[in-house]
Amino acid sequence: MALLTFDTQHKPRQAYISMAAVLILMLIFPFVASQFGNSWVRIIDIALLYIMLALGLNIVVGFAGLLDLGYIAFFAVGAYLVGLFSSPQFAALLESLIYYSPAVGEALVVFFGPEIAQDGIHLSLWAIVPLAALFAALCGALLGAPTLKLRGDYLAIVTLGFGEIIRIFMNNLNDPINFTNGPQGINMIDPIRVFGVSLAGEPGSGATVMIGDYAMPSVNAYYFLFLALVIATIFITGRLQHSRLGRAWVAIREDEIAAKAMGINTRNVKLLAFAMGASFGGVAGAMFGAFQGFVSPESFSLTESIAVLAMVVLGGIGHIPGVVLGGVLLAALPEVLRHVVDPLQQAVFGKVIIEAEVLRQLLYGLALVLIMLVRPAGLWPSPNKEERPNAALARDEEEASTA
Amino acid sequence: MMSEQTMSEPVLLNIAGVNKRFGGLQALTDVGIRIMQGQIYGLIGPNGAGKTTFFNVITGLYQPDSGTFELAGKPYSPSAPHDVARAGIARTFQNIRLFGEMSALENVMVGRHVRTRQGVLGAILRHKAARIEEAAIRLRAQELLEFVGIGQFANRTAKYLSYGDQRRLEIARALATDPQLLALDEPAAGMNATEKLALRELLVKIKAEGRTVLLIEHDVKLMMGLCDRITVLEYGKQIAEGLPAEIQKNQAVIDAYLGGAH
Repeated sequence: MALLTFDTQHKPRQAYISMAAVLILMLIFPFVASQFGNSWVRIIDIALLYIMLALGLNIVVGFAGLLDLGYIAFFAVGAYLVGLFSSPQFAALLESLIYYSPAVGEALVVFFGPEIAQDGIHLSLWAIVPLAALFAALCGALLGAPTLKLRGDYLAIVTLGFGEIIRIFMNNLNDPINFTNGPQGINMIDPIRVFGVSLAGEPGSGATVMIGDYAMPSVNAYYFLFLALVIATIFITGRLQHSRLGRAWVAIREDEIAAKAMGINTRNVKLLAFAMGASFGGVAGAMFGAFQGFVSPESFSLTESIAVLAMVVLGGIGHIPGVVLGGVLLAALPEVLRHVVDPLQQAVFGKVIIEAEVLRQLLYGLALVLIMLVRPAGLWPSPNKEERPNAALARDEEEASTA
Repeated sequence: MMSEQTMSEPVLLNIAGVNKRFGGLQALTDVGIRIMQGQIYGLIGPNGAGKTTFFNVITGLYQPDSGTFELAGKPYSPSAPHDVARAGIARTFQNIRLFGEMSALENVMVGRHVRTRQGVLGAILRHKAARIEEAAIRLRAQELLEFVGIGQFANRTAKYLSYGDQRRLEIARALATDPQLLALDEPAAGMNATEKLALRELLVKIKAEGRTVLLIEHDVKLMMGLCDRITVLEYGKQIAEGLPAEIQKNQAVIDAYLGGAH
């Protein structure tokens, strides 16, 4: 870790070199990994979405210090948004609406046109991403509003409740008007199209994407899209952190009363943190829905919220490179273990002694406990958290500042 | 109360008729103060006299049951602390409340929040106006750190500063909001004699810049030499108001501090 630094404030040159190095590695990765099978790239695709989620949650938990246990709700909102507006589901919605309230339903059919009543709505990626961001942000602010006076444990319990409420909504919002198709989930969500190229590959191409004459597996195409989104997220959250707004968030985290006394309108600034954090969750959710082609309430359980929170906390709360590291490890590691555990046991013992699934959970839990014991501030915490008052250090600083 | 207000400066803060009740306890009864522009105004009283309560009412942390509030001739409503800060009253706290994990410089930069305006777009795009504002915030924050005498610790994490420096940092942070009135709640609490002397110099320096200061303090000696006028509270009531020399001779004040009937 000492070789890589991402501190653009104090060591810009080293930081940009590190970033370039990581970027090159990330660009090469899918070409190497897909030699060993597309499932490896697929794991990282999902990991990238989780990194986006973790970075979004980091705004709420890391910067503003608001412990949010229901963050996966915004992931769900984004996924269901793409499910509703980019699949045949809207036709089902209209059908149930016509049955339940013919006047409104038929008015909508006239308004949208009969094709939509037949095939549903199919918005393009460029409409879905901003829509998901905005709608999730709105939900973030709405769910944040009642919690403004709460802190710590109380806030955690209320947000946990909100997360569950959203999931239960998704589970039951199929009757009388079928918004979400209930527990069955929404199927046949359009794959993402970038400039007319479907990232899932055209039908019959065997999930191969043609860009001009160049062919690449579908998972690689998604990889690059998600990588671009993660880079955008890192860029945006990084800039937010070192801004007037980012300082206001941290001030609220450190001491809310003092922040108020310094003229920060804590209500607005907190709502903004909830909304900004949620918007990244929404975009990640929309990507997830389109990538899987299917959403159902099961994907948005409390365990997922906790997994995302664990990425933030274990990586290094409030520190963007740490959060990314946490996301990579916790999203990819369980999947890697799933692939490695069985063959490894076969090789060592000649038979599978412990089921992969069991061992995976065991190792995952063990890793969490170990990290919290050995590095309570996270694997890669912000540098100034490690600083200790130290005479030698202080002297160095003074010399550096006078020199 | 006895002496005429002879100064020609305009009234900066005019507060009258403040009442505040906590359940069965009448914490403040009809308290009021008038602070002239450029004064250092002292608020003293024994423990539990209601000084900090009064302070919290002025700065919007507690809602008063009644009272009129005027800053620089304009009525202000102490209904929310951030509105009070915007109106031009900045405060420090009796128990230091810094943003511990932030550097000293960042602490002061937070103080500029209320006088600056860049939002989400400015933060992300860093367009010209945002960069200019950010540079101005940084420059002003560094100036203020130098002003209070801890410029060399700009990058030190606030919680690792020494006690006296933390007090100074809190003052710098309050000054960053461009206050018309700087309200300090027991700034000398827990300081040794040397630190007190340095604090006193700092307050004189702040006054010399033309700022008005409201000061709560226990250390009567420090207050007598420093303040232009003093108000004394006891059991939530104002028992004396006047020049330091008058306060020192006031029988009610002496009784309050030493206990009556000795």
